[in-house]
Amino acid sequence: MPATKSATKSAEKSAETSMAQALNAALADALAEDPRVVVFGEDVGPLGGVFRVTDGLTAKFGEDRCFDTPLAESGIVGLAVGMAMNGLRPVVEMQFDAFAYPAFEQIVSHVAKMRNRTRGTIGLPMVIRVPYGGGIGGVEHHCDSSEAYYAHTPGLTVVAPATVADAYALLREAIEHPDPVVFLEPKRLYWAKEEVRLPARGEPFGRAAVRRAGADATLIAYGPTVPVALAAAQEAVAEGWDLEVVDLRTLVPFDDATVTASVMKTGRAVVVSEAQGFAGVAAEIAARVGERCFHALEAPVRRVTGLDIPYPPPKLEHHHLPSVDRVLDAVADLQWEDA
Amino acid sequence: MAAKKPGADLLPDREPLRFIDADGRPVKPGKSGGAAMPAPERLLDAHRALVVGRRFDRQATSLVKQGRLAVYPSAHGQEASEVGAILGLRDTDWIFPTYRDSVALVTRGIDPVEVLTLLRGDWHCGYDPVAHRTAPQCTPLATQAPHAVGVGHAARLKGEDTVVLAFLGDGATSEGDFHEAMNFAAVFKSPVIFFVQNNKYAISVPLARQTAAPSLAHKAVGYGMPGVSVDGNDVAAVMAAVTRAADRARKGKGPTLIEAHTYRIEAHTNADDATRYRADDEVAEWRRRDPVDRLTAYLREAGLLDDARAAAVAEEAERVAADLRDRIDDQRPPAPAELFAHVYAEPTAQLREQAALIAEEV
Ligand SMILES: Cc1ncc(C[n+]2csc(CCOP(=O)(O)OP(=O)(O)O)c2C)c(N)n1
Ligand SMILES: [Mg+2]
Repeated sequence: MPATKSATKSAEKSAETSMAQALNAALADALAEDPRVVVFGEDVGPLGGVFRVTDGLTAKFGEDRCFDTPLAESGIVGLAVGMAMNGLRPVVEMQFDAFAYPAFEQIVSHVAKMRNRTRGTIGLPMVIRVPYGGGIGGVEHHCDSSEAYYAHTPGLTVVAPATVADAYALLREAIEHPDPVVFLEPKRLYWAKEEVRLPARGEPFGRAAVRRAGADATLIAYGPTVPVALAAAQEAVAEGWDLEVVDLRTLVPFDDATVTASVMKTGRAVVVSEAQGFAGVAAEIAARVGERCFHALEAPVRRVTGLDIPYPPPKLEHHHLPSVDRVLDAVADLQWEDA
Repeated sequence: MAAKKPGADLLPDREPLRFIDADGRPVKPGKSGGAAMPAPERLLDAHRALVVGRRFDRQATSLVKQGRLAVYPSAHGQEASEVGAILGLRDTDWIFPTYRDSVALVTRGIDPVEVLTLLRGDWHCGYDPVAHRTAPQCTPLATQAPHAVGVGHAARLKGEDTVVLAFLGDGATSEGDFHEAMNFAAVFKSPVIFFVQNNKYAISVPLARQTAAPSLAHKAVGYGMPGVSVDGNDVAAVMAAVTRAADRARKGKGPTLIEAHTYRIEAHTNADDATRYRADDEVAEWRRRDPVDRLTAYLREAGLLDDARAAAVAEEAERVAADLRDRIDDQRPPAPAELFAHVYAEPTAQLREQAALIAEEV
């Protein structure tokens, strides 16, 4: 059974704020505090976005601050580039992960490179929000995990919150950041609730969080797979394994220090990522851990990822998504002495 | 009388706007749609910029042949469009140039050595874009057009009267970003001028392969903005059309598409062989319409340009070329450490590691 179920269940008990509401609050607070912040995209105005993350912002801040654009993603991101060049702090929404691809050229050739091309003269403080990932029963083109494309592009900062509090804190940080941020919002966590007090500010970019301390092995996860890893760690207790769970929070900058320290301590690592595995972020993490922790490792670093297939139709997506069982199988594989 | 078809007022005139014909004779004032012939002193400024721009362009082409520049996309034949676009704007307006528009940058007052930093291979942009209100020269076709709209839209939100001009080629009008930028600008009534230099080719591909539209200026109508057709080899007409579009934009009336009819006399770049796709007599015909000779003849005939001034301008152009020759080789690419300095405002831990590695190697 997918771990999100149990994560959602435990959250329901203290139901307070959903991730979507926390993101909405972060946008509202940023708009209120900084007149340079502008929010735009497709259906983000009166409708409030298809996931309601921009709900009420146009009514509260007016059409100049939160507005609908024509339906064209390259134009949206390109417009943001120009507005950032001229002193504003645009926050744009891509309606779904796969619909950010029309903007890919703008992101790779301009957003990521402007500071470098101009020898530091023009930075682009802008945020590209991308509802991303699967697990919501979405039909094709609505469930992609596109983080590797962005993380592979120097100049981009890539963020993926996994908790409600972090969703707020990281989005505020992203909007204040001097460089462009691709902000990946795990769709299946939009409705996950937590008891949080907002405004909550957290650690800066580049600091991973140890969500559960453990001694026997490290589960490294980010975004939608953090609840999966936590659920796996919970179930592992019964097997006699004490697992540490590291939530990366930001893929770029990458926190080698926290990851390395954890694996040096536990001697075993499993990377859990929803994206297809080949040439993905999980592969990069496994390689980095191998390079840095080789002598402390008791077993090869394992990856539990999505399959190397186009995202499956809703009725088959559970085969694709990393499950608690798959994570536990990988943990069991880590060459325990008594096995 | 039948009602005019909707959008008819946005259509370009049948003939491109022209004040001075190919032989340098003043054209009878026709349908100029409110565009006014620039005053004599502005024409003399334009003459100076044309002569200097032409000389700069020839010098850059020589530098490539001498192996002192990696590549140079020449604007020979297009100088009136390059110069007219700049002189039609205010210094506080922004421009978004392409690789083709080095002459425009020199006209803006940017140091020619800094203009050529990109093509010498020292860095991707050699000048300060903010100080000159000139974006880095853009190579991915039409991708700079949405940026121009963004700068314009931000200016409007901030209550500034900045106008933004995006340079584009005829080939670039086929790209998706051209469409998206035009549409955004029209919907937002952004203070933007889309300045298309129709030089008839995109590398080897002729205009007929880019579009079946009656003209590129006609494309404006589909977005709800005026399309203006102008003789791109008549600097007076280009200046007038740009000034008129800029005035319109400054009044909050939105964007304009200007199609400047011109011709690329040189090959696409020094690396291209234009004889493979176009006939010599076509080139010869366009040489006859040379933009520099045309204005010079007009000014001579009008008694505005005497020998002394012509000589002074020629001398200035030679000085610019000599100074470029003298200083271009003194340029040094930044130290390798700078490769890591501007990827982010603060280098990541990983970049610091790699910088240390490179520092050891050098
Ligand atoms: C997106 C993109 N595709 C292809 C190229 C390669 N390319 C460089 S210039 C050029 C021709 C452009 O023609 P046009 O827009 O008419 O401008 P001109 O070179 O004639 O000034 C091409 C195909 C490019 N720079 N960008
Ligand atoms: Mg062309």
